[in-house]
Amino acid sequence: MIRIANGQGFWGDSLSAPLDLIRGGPIDYLTLDYLAEVTMSILQKQRSRDPRVGYARDFPDFIEAAAHDLAARGIKVIANAGGVNPDGCRDAIRSRIGAGPRIGVVKGDDILPRLDELIGSGVEMKNMDTGEPLSTVRDRMQSANAYLGAGPMVEALRQGAQIVITGRCSDPAMSMAAEIHEFGWAMDDWDRLAAGAVAGHTIECGAQCTGGNCQVDWQSIPDLADIGYPILEAEPDGTFIVTKHEGTGGRVSVAGVTEQLLYEIGDPKTFLTADVTADFTTIRLEQTGPDRVRFSGIRGGPPTGFYKVSISYSAGFKAIGEMLYGWPDAYAKARAADRILRARLERLGLRFDAIHSEFVGANAAHGPVLSGDPSPDLAEVLLRVGVRSQNRAAVERFTKEIAPLALNGPPVVTYVGGRPKVEEVVAFWPALIPIGAVEPEVSVTEA
Amino acid sequence: MAKVQLREIAHARSGDKGNTTNIGLVANDPKYYPLLVEQVTADRVKRHFEELCDGPVERFELPNLHALNFLLHQSLDGGGTISLRIDAQGKTYSAALLRMEIDVR
Repeated sequence: MIRIANGQGFWGDSLSAPLDLIRGGPIDYLTLDYLAEVTMSILQKQRSRDPRVGYARDFPDFIEAAAHDLAARGIKVIANAGGVNPDGCRDAIRSRIGAGPRIGVVKGDDILPRLDELIGSGVEMKNMDTGEPLSTVRDRMQSANAYLGAGPMVEALRQGAQIVITGRCSDPAMSMAAEIHEFGWAMDDWDRLAAGAVAGHTIECGAQCTGGNCQVDWQSIPDLADIGYPILEAEPDGTFIVTKHEGTGGRVSVAGVTEQLLYEIGDPKTFLTADVTADFTTIRLEQTGPDRVRFSGIRGGPPTGFYKVSISYSAGFKAIGEMLYGWPDAYAKARAADRILRARLERLGLRFDAIHSEFVGANAAHGPVLSGDPSPDLAEVLLRVGVRSQNRAAVERFTKEIAPLALNGPPVVTYVGGRPKVEEVVAFWPALIPIGAVEPEVSVTEA
Repeated sequence: MAKVQLREIAHARSGDKGNTTNIGLVANDPKYYPLLVEQVTADRVKRHFEELCDGPVERFELPNLHALNFLLHQSLDGGGTISLRIDAQGKTYSAALLRMEIDVR
C-alpha cells in the first residue's frame, strides 16, 4: 500500500495544506494541482513579459519551506506547477535550495510555438463544441496546451526524480503516475488505470472530498478551520481508501465522496483521460470506518487516442460595477438605479455585446424565475451590472457611470469596491489532437 | 401523494466545463433513487432551468451511486471567463435544482 495525498485543488488553495499533509502523518507522495484553465493564459502573459517566469510561484516557496521534511521522510512530490515554463520552475527551486533533490521536468504539452506546423500538417483542432475551424481565433491565441497523460511523469520517477514538475496534464494523471510507478501497472491494464483515474479525480479538488463544500449535514462537519486534505491509501490491485490524517477536521463520508465523484464530469460511462476511459457506473463505495471510504469494482477501457487541448484566446473586454441599496425597499431602489444607469448608457450611445444586471441578495444566483418574488423587507440588495464589448473604450466609459449614482440616484445607497476595472476577456477553445502529434519530453537533474 | 422539494430527499454538486454546467444529483437514501429516475427527467430539468439554460439538457444514470448526472448546455452566458453572471461557473446551480418539487407516496 502507498499513501498519496493531494494538497492543492487549484492555484490559490490553502498555502498551509501541503505542509500540514507532510507533517501531520505518514504519506509517500504529495500531488499539487495548480492549473485551472484560465491559469495558463495568465502564465503565458507573465512569461511574455519576463522569460524566467510563467510557472506557479507558490511552488518554489513551498519546496523551500518543505525541503527538510520531504528529505527526512522520503516523500516525493508531483506538481503541475510548471505552467508554461517548467524549466523556469525547476531553476527557481534550485536557486533556493541548491542541487539537493533530483527534479524531473515534463514538457511538450505547450503546443503554442508549434501551432502553424501542426495546422500545416493537417491537425485541425476544430472547436469541439461548435465545430468552427481554429482559423477563427488564430491571431488572438494566448496559450495552447495538451493534457498529457501519466506516462512522462512515470518516466521521470523511474529515472529517480524526487520532485516532478509538469505543465498541463490531465488532473488525475499525477496520482496515477505514482501508482503506475510503484505498482508496475501496465499501460493497457485498463481496470487498474481506470481505478487510478477515479482515485485521482476524487482527490484532485483537495478538501472538496473531505467535507468541504459538502451539502450533507454541513453544519455538523467538525472543525472545517483545520480540515484535513485527502489521502489515498492505494493498493496494487487498484482498490483504494480515501481518508485524511487523524486529528484533522472535516469528514470523509460516502455522501461527500459521491458529490465529488460527480463534480465536473460528463457521461459517467466514459470518463476520458489521456491514459484510460473509466466507467463511473462500476464504482462501489463502502464506509469502512470513520473518515474512511473504500473504492472497488472499477472497470475501464482504452483511451480515445487523442489528447484534449485547451486553447485560450482574447475575446474582448468586460467590466462589472456594484452599488449597495439599503432598507427599506432595497430591491425597488436597486431596480430603479438599474433603469437609470441603462438610460444614461443609452443616451451616451454606448453599444455592448451584452449588458447584464443582477440583484444580489434578492435573486442573483438562481435568477428571478426560480427565486420567486423577493421579500419587500430585505435588509439590503447589491446591484451588480456587467457589460461586455469588443470595444474597450465603451467598457471604459461604463466604469465611470457607476459612482455618480451615489449622489444622483435613488437613496440609501453606498458605493462599494471603487471604480470597476476593465478586464480582458479570455475565452477557451476546446479541441482534440492526435496523441502522435505531441512529443512529451522528460529530463531529470543529477543528484 | 405529497409534494416535496428535492432538497428533502437528495443532495447535489455542480460545476462547469466551458459553457456547460454539470449537476450531480444524489439520493439521500437508495429508496429515493427510483423517484429521481422517474420524475427528474431531462425535459423537466430543462424547463426548470428555462431562464438560465439556453441549450439542451442531457441526463445520465449512476444506479451504483443512487445518482443522476445532468449536463446543462449553454447555461453559463458563454462560460466562466466570459460570463457576466455572479455565479459564472454554475456552482450554485446544484441548489437551484434542489428547489424542484416532486411527488412522493
